Amino acid sequence: MIQVRNLHCGYPERRVLHGVSFAVSPGEFLGILGPNGSGKTTLLLALSGIVPIASGEVAFNGKALASLKPRERALTMAAVAQDSQVRFPFSCREIVRMGRYPHQKRFQGDSVEDERVVEKAFHITDTGEFAERLIMSISGGEKQRVVMARALAQETPILLLDEATSAMDINRKLQIFRVLEALNREQNLTILTVLHDVNLAALFCRRLIFLKEGLLVADGPTDEVLTSQVVQEVYDTEVLVQDVARTGKKQVVFIP
Amino acid sequence: MNADRGEKKDTGRILSSWRGLLHIPTALLFAFLILSIILVAFATSGIGPFEIPYETVMRLWISPVVPAYAEGVDETVRYIVLHVRLARVCLALVVGSALALAGAVYQGVLLNPLADPFTLGVSTGAAFGASLAILMGLTGLNFLNVGGLPLAAFAGALLALYLVYLLGRVDGRIHTTTLILAGIIVSTFLSAWISLLKSLNEDSISTIVFWIMGSLAGKSWVHVGLVIPYVLLGGAVILMFARELDILTLGDVQAQQLGVNVQQVRLCLLVAASLVTAAAVAVSGVIGFVGLVVPHLVRLVLGPNHRRLLPAVILCGALLVLIADTLARSILPSGEEIPVGVVTAILGGPFFCFLLLHRKKYLQL
Repeated sequence: MIQVRNLHCGYPERRVLHGVSFAVSPGEFLGILGPNGSGKTTLLLALSGIVPIASGEVAFNGKALASLKPRERALTMAAVAQDSQVRFPFSCREIVRMGRYPHQKRFQGDSVEDERVVEKAFHITDTGEFAERLIMSISGGEKQRVVMARALAQETPILLLDEATSAMDINRKLQIFRVLEALNREQNLTILTVLHDVNLAALFCRRLIFLKEGLLVADGPTDEVLTSQVVQEVYDTEVLVQDVARTGKKQVVFIP
Repeated sequence: MNADRGEKKDTGRILSSWRGLLHIPTALLFAFLILSIILVAFATSGIGPFEIPYETVMRLWISPVVPAYAEGVDETVRYIVLHVRLARVCLALVVGSALALAGAVYQGVLLNPLADPFTLGVSTGAAFGASLAILMGLTGLNFLNVGGLPLAAFAGALLALYLVYLLGRVDGRIHTTTLILAGIIVSTFLSAWISLLKSLNEDSISTIVFWIMGSLAGKSWVHVGLVIPYVLLGGAVILMFARELDILTLGDVQAQQLGVNVQQVRLCLLVAASLVTAAAVAVSGVIGFVGLVVPHLVRLVLGPNHRRLLPAVILCGALLVLIADTLARSILPSGEEIPVGVVTAILGGPFFCFLLLHRKKYLQL
């Protein structure tokens, strides 16, 4: 579904990724991990066409990213950034409705179908209660959930998340990730998420990619790649990786 | 940090509740605005050095449809009501809606609460373009032969906007205040050139004042007909992109991820806004602050959704310039006119200061 081959990209003053290759199949739940400055966010921005590709290839379903029109891109993938600033006093409902833009024709108002999808997005993210409030009057975590609702309203097969839950408390984080897991399993939604929290990734992502200094260090099923060697190499920190019997998942314990 | 956030929240709540309080069904609001425009237009048509009773004005207004109503009315009076005052009223309405619409677009596209055709230097650029065209004889010196003026003004407007855009960039990023600073610099510089060009042309001081401070004095239906096609064209493009304008206010990254062709749409909108500005300036000179004040006030009532905001901005801009122009031509007891730009600047200047001081709270910019 997504093919990335030998991707080099970055900003005018600084090249960030130095040749990254991987492929993602439909229905994967992929975590992208790595220390600060390793190129995680740049990778997601390159996938959504914001950061230009210097060399290499990014393709969706066999079509090169560059050949997709902005609208086609927005029908293929939705993104939630770490901090989505909204400067004008829109209500949360208006923000979520914007997610329907790529589905709408010019001169066409919001259809019944659009409204249904928007309501569903509110329901999934549990944000219906502040639908009529202004986006700047709610907290950071609530705002992230509204932006997540907007991304879901885009109804794309791929969802890109960049630290989307970092402003939320642990309860909300788990709640959002449970919802994502359900969408992933039931509707075959392909999810790529950048995370700082290795343990959160270990709980939900079925595959992990580790980046370090713009290079791909490890890539594979969570069970296989989440080892103390890999984590120590990537983060330069001593860790223990343990199996938690009750959840059947691995967790990383950091050694102070 | 916490206190700051609390304050931010409060402003949001207050804005929320205000809008709740003022939640008039939109259709009713539009009906109210249109009715106000008609009433104010009627009221101002009776004002002027030449006393004309409102009954006569009413009869003359109906006369183009039912000629019988004009019977027995003096030909001079008829000319004043229909060809002087009504034409001027219509021109004020067109100019006002054009400037306010352009202001709303600049604010949305540039994410800048201080933006307006005047503060960005676009209006002065347009006036410079028109002045240069007149000097070079492109349009002849005859004021009636002004067909090419809007296009010359358009070229000047685009040039000024481009200059401001270049000057306003710091390390590849556009800063709110730097952009406006660049606008003021370009505007001041071009104003000086307008004065120089006019002096070279041995024009009177009054034509310099006309271009720099704006005036609708002595305008006729010819001028109305001249600007309307450009304003309709630019306005249609802007209204067509209303939904994109909403999404552009989220910034480039989010807009692109939502499927807006950011570069292309922004260029279209900036060019269209500059076109309507240039058309207005070509007949009225530089009238400042209309595009600044109107969108902010309307946004406070209707919210930032451009599909609702833009039509309301058009109507409110028209109303504001109509009132300002009436003040400009009737406020001095001697009967002399003051430039309409003076009136809008006296009203708009303090508003600009308020926005400058409160922009953080008002629109997180």
